[in-house]
Amino acid sequence: MSKLAISVESLGKQFRVGAATGSYSTLREKLVDLVGAPFYRLANLMRRNRQDAGTGDDILWALKDVSFQINCGEVVGIIGRNGAGKSTLLKILSQITEPSEGHADMFGRVGSLLEVGTGFHPELTGRENVYLNGAILGMSRAEIERKFDEIVAFAEVKRFIDTPVKHYSSGMCVRLAFAVAAHLEPEILIIDEVLAVGDASFQKKCLGKMEGVAKEGRTVLFVSHNMLAVQNLCSRVIWLHDGKIVRDGKPADVVSSYLRMSASMLTEQVWNDVTQAPGNHKVRLRKISVRGADRDRPDQLSIDQPCEIEVEYWNQRPQAVLHATLHVYTEQGILAFTTGSAEQAAMEDGAMPAGLFRSVCHLPANLLNTGVHRIVLLIVENRSRVTYRLEDALSFEMVELSKRHFGWQGREPGAVRPVLRWTTIQVQADEPVNMTPLPH
Amino acid sequence: MSSSTETLTAVPRIRLKASNGWRALNLREFWQYRELLYFLSWRDIKVRYKQTALGALWAILQPFLTMLVFSLFFGNLAKMPSDGIPYPIFAFAALVPWTFFSNGLTQSGNSLIQSAGMLKKVYFPRLIVPISSILSGAVDFLFAFLVLIGLMFWYGIVPTINIIWLPVFLFLAFGTALGVGLWLSAMNVQFRDVRYTIPFLTQFWLFATPIAYPSSLLSEPWRTIYGINPMVGVVEGFRWALLGTATAPGPLIFVSALTMLTILITGMFYFRRMESTFADVV
Repeated sequence: MSKLAISVESLGKQFRVGAATGSYSTLREKLVDLVGAPFYRLANLMRRNRQDAGTGDDILWALKDVSFQINCGEVVGIIGRNGAGKSTLLKILSQITEPSEGHADMFGRVGSLLEVGTGFHPELTGRENVYLNGAILGMSRAEIERKFDEIVAFAEVKRFIDTPVKHYSSGMCVRLAFAVAAHLEPEILIIDEVLAVGDASFQKKCLGKMEGVAKEGRTVLFVSHNMLAVQNLCSRVIWLHDGKIVRDGKPADVVSSYLRMSASMLTEQVWNDVTQAPGNHKVRLRKISVRGADRDRPDQLSIDQPCEIEVEYWNQRPQAVLHATLHVYTEQGILAFTTGSAEQAAMEDGAMPAGLFRSVCHLPANLLNTGVHRIVLLIVENRSRVTYRLEDALSFEMVELSKRHFGWQGREPGAVRPVLRWTTIQVQADEPVNMTPLPH
Repeated sequence: MSSSTETLTAVPRIRLKASNGWRALNLREFWQYRELLYFLSWRDIKVRYKQTALGALWAILQPFLTMLVFSLFFGNLAKMPSDGIPYPIFAFAALVPWTFFSNGLTQSGNSLIQSAGMLKKVYFPRLIVPISSILSGAVDFLFAFLVLIGLMFWYGIVPTINIIWLPVFLFLAFGTALGVGLWLSAMNVQFRDVRYTIPFLTQFWLFATPIAYPSSLLSEPWRTIYGINPMVGVVEGFRWALLGTATAPGPLIFVSALTMLTILITGMFYFRRMESTFADVV
């Protein structure tokens, strides 16, 4: 019988989503409430009554009735859309936040890595940050000292180890931070989407490190949007949706059904209320959609037809320089390419007045391959800084409808499937070569 | 079956569930994380005077300049009595622990919201945050204290044997700063109003503490009752231990220590009670 590492029993977590709006009717009531609010809140503070929380507020269950058991040495991936409850689950298991109901038992030392470089201080040197960050992640001083050289070598920042990290490039910073975390040796390791950082070669190194962790028989629980990584690394996948477990099983099965379901669901997202739309004080999204260029059959996304991805957003601040950027992922989780509206700016100098903007990306025919594609939407400020990122902006399936006239009928491999111009000409006319074997 | 239960008990087991009401302080876990406490204090010390022209001199200037202003207005102009001690040293001996206290209170009161990023991403006993922010002020205190000793030599004052009691008074200041800091920081998470209250609080407290004036202005039993403000005990204790003022604190210190313990212990329990909501609210 294998040993239990994590046991979760009907776990639930509720959040209050702001105060109910539109309940004021008169200015007088508003004023009374304004004056009364501090006292009311103060009284609430003293009571801190959970059951009382419901009055006037909306309750959202970020997790509801989640139960599962994980044995020692299992590597479990958690997938699901944004807001499905993945991060909440990890936060509860990391002891950062408490569940509202149910309980979880953790057998063994837990190390969690929900963010790369928590507690990094720009004024401190690389060396100092390694010690600080290690201590924050729960390593002892002796442990850090023992692994120090290994960490620095892994991060490839040996030359700059005594330079304040504010002079580091962002890539170096991330590498150093991940290197510290990668040398954490708990029995249970909890990781949230940290593989999304760093350049490709470093990502590969990180994946290798994680495989190593798993081989050592430690338990790993990780959230990722990278289906390729999930399939390669995990021995089991849990799919969360709206705070509940939809499926729990073999990676290939769960991932493909997850992709199938999200494919049928997400060809358009619209938010009409600017206050509820995803975004921040700089930008709010209104709409993102994909449609075929054929106006009569917009829902048909065929690889040999052009299609359009439309993004609408409210620019909340005048004179901002915003652009939409799309990351196009294939079914295997490979980033096929990125494209951005910055390539053709809306305004001459780029500065935009406040208001609603629409950017349309025209994808030509014969670019995408067949299969499910996932789009990550980024709103970029000043052509350099990502101000908002929507992880599961769209997901849709490209199909092949026209008949092929040549032999191979299966799926063409590759991230994209361009039809490129080929020329073949006869360079020299010869007599048929005499194929008699040469004497030795 | 028995073998499997054995292996289960061998590894540490944590049960995560909703906590209701008051919680135990769990000082043992706090002890396990003492290295983090050390590193966080150390970080604050390292970073505090980075990119300042005067550097650690600020630690000295803060109480020193206040002492000059006090000496001018209260000492020279208002002719405030000072228990027979030259006024500048009388004020400075009180300002050194006071600065440690008021900085500690301010830093710890704001500490949780300043560490919001960490609270949301890593688990550790949250008590470490306000405590480390006060501890990091100890270095500033040390600098200012050396100046105080220098000033005493200048005035030809030799510390009495009672100086051995100084750590007790320093602890009294630390405990008070922490006790109030715990209350404030936990409330600050939910109500940012606290942030704007802290400067007023320290200002009122400064004048409610016998820094510019001696507590001997009050007659007994009022003077002892005055000790309800724990900083009265700290300030009078410092003067007594260093300068040998005749105002031996005695019962006053006892009252101060009692108040400090009350604030500290209630603060710890309140903090622990609110702790579970920090990551969700901050």
